[in-house]
Amino acid sequence: MSAADGTAREARRFRLPAINPVWFILAALIAAIAIENANFLAPIGYMNFLKRAAPLAILAAGQVYVIVSGGFDLSVGSLITLTVVGSSMLTNNDPAATYWVIPLMLAMGAVVGLVNGLVVSVLRVPSLIATLGMMITLNGLAFLWSGGAPRGYLPETFRFFGRVNLLDVPLVNILPVALLVMIGVGTLLTLLMHRTAYGKLLHAVGDNPRAAFLAGVPVARVRVTAFVISSLSAVVAGILLGGFAGVSTDVGAGYELQAITAAVIGGAQLLGGRGTVPAAMAGALTLNAIFTLLNFLGLPKPVRDVVQGLILIAAVALATLRRRRAGR
Amino acid sequence: MTVADAAAPARPPRRLARRFERYAPALILLLAAASYLGVVFGTGQTQYLTADNLIAILNRSIALGITAVGQTFVILVGSIDLSVANLISVAAVLASFIMKGEASMIVPAVIAVLGVGALVGLVNGLVITKLSVNPLIATLGMALLLQGALSANFNNFAGSVPDAWKLFAYGEIMGLPVGLVFLAVLALLAWFLLRRTRLGSDMYAVGGNRDAARFAGIKTDNVIIASHVLCSLAAATAGLYLAARLGSGAPWIGRDGVYDLESIAVVVIGGTVLAGGRGGVLGTMAGVMIFSLIDSVFNVAGVDAFAKQVLRGVIIVAAVALYAARSKRFAA
Repeated sequence: MSAADGTAREARRFRLPAINPVWFILAALIAAIAIENANFLAPIGYMNFLKRAAPLAILAAGQVYVIVSGGFDLSVGSLITLTVVGSSMLTNNDPAATYWVIPLMLAMGAVVGLVNGLVVSVLRVPSLIATLGMMITLNGLAFLWSGGAPRGYLPETFRFFGRVNLLDVPLVNILPVALLVMIGVGTLLTLLMHRTAYGKLLHAVGDNPRAAFLAGVPVARVRVTAFVISSLSAVVAGILLGGFAGVSTDVGAGYELQAITAAVIGGAQLLGGRGTVPAAMAGALTLNAIFTLLNFLGLPKPVRDVVQGLILIAAVALATLRRRRAGR
Repeated sequence: MTVADAAAPARPPRRLARRFERYAPALILLLAAASYLGVVFGTGQTQYLTADNLIAILNRSIALGITAVGQTFVILVGSIDLSVANLISVAAVLASFIMKGEASMIVPAVIAVLGVGALVGLVNGLVITKLSVNPLIATLGMALLLQGALSANFNNFAGSVPDAWKLFAYGEIMGLPVGLVFLAVLALLAWFLLRRTRLGSDMYAVGGNRDAARFAGIKTDNVIIASHVLCSLAAATAGLYLAARLGSGAPWIGRDGVYDLESIAVVVIGGTVLAGGRGGVLGTMAGVMIFSLIDSVFNVAGVDAFAKQVLRGVIIVAAVALYAARSKRFAA
């Protein structure tokens, strides 16, 4: 009933193009930060903000693939940890090692994603459990690899991606490399999801796997690819975080839930079928903007937790409400 | 999912699969017990084969068991609860903070903790049903709320519990630990509720097919809210138990025990389907035993703590895969 209703109304009334509300929320938050702290408007202010947000934005861009396919990827946080710990063990303070360690880490990420995807689509284990098991396993591996206490540092060549700001860039003066990585990965993943047949298949699988299967979609392959993309994005986020934050065995802790939160704030629908990459990345920026704002307001971390919880619930409740009113 | 069921070709294989699914937890439990025996004999450490040691093995997972009984209810109705770990911390801290070592404060403390538990469950249930928020998100948000509220007020062990309350963890009834007897009674009550009461059968109906249950006249929202209240009450009880066991509550004990994800893993290994509608509390108890047996196997075999964690992750997935792989359904 509501579907017919909707089309009739649509025909009658001129409609503004539907803009995802996450952009308005992000704009409002950034305005609030700017009012609170005028330094934010200087290039160093917003560039540092973007640099800090880049790992989560990349992670959210990968996570949204799995969410659209109808699953969850809880293993990304531990994969970040494993990337950072593994890189520090392998580079062993040798600046030249960076150039073979990074491809190796990406290959490792691809294997992790492949295993996740195969366990979910061939063994038919619910992704919540499959990636949870992967998370426990990878955390154990990170500890095992480093013997519990990671030693060594990442060489400067490795930290280049997460830490360095390019100076004397026209217009903006400084430009973090992390931001370039974020834009590159974001563009790539946006094009893959919204401009290729694969993106269409992904949405179809997430919306109704049975129907997609009967229509001839290679469901397993589409799903596995989604998990591989998510894992690769986690490795990239890990490389940035390693440069930005240094080596420890809990660098990635909590990132899996933040990535899901970011995707959901960006309007991705849990259990599949709806979601976009740019909105998920905007969700990540929104989450970071909230943290920054709370920080400027001098609120301690516990309050941040409470606020993050409330926002998470509110974002999903509002999205559900909107969807219901739109009759979709 | 009904489409997939209808599409299943012949009858007999399906019945066989059902039967397998039903006894899979028992099979895995046997497998775990066999590997325990194998390791004990293989390493010649037969001193581990006493009844006392068996009880000690089980005694280590009572908090997980109590939480998992609660988690069974919510998973059966097709929901999930990620806030249990933080609720356990809140309950343990609140209990020892109110008791402050005074036996006279036991009753008020227990009432307060269970009250908080019921309230958390009620809010979870209301947000999920009335606001239609995905249960994962709703309870994750609740987990963050609880953690924030807790660490804003406490950052270390707070208060202590009186000796009388420690009996919950260290006392014995007829040679059995009180906690273990409590868990057994709790599991029996949960079994009775699920299999012998109207609420129980409503839970299975709602988990099996929510729309069908609503058309059959079941107030589905109330059933889901009830299961969340039961789950949170169980988690609060686990917090009370941990306070008795540790002598005091600290804001990190729930998170350190990973009770949220482990309780879900235990329930699923016990044969309860994540999508809801199938499974039960007896399977969950088998799942808890499987977990503690696996831990003991590693301890007896002297496996490195980190390697233990790696194996644990693999075993959780393998155990679930053992019967999930046979289903024709599309897992999400």
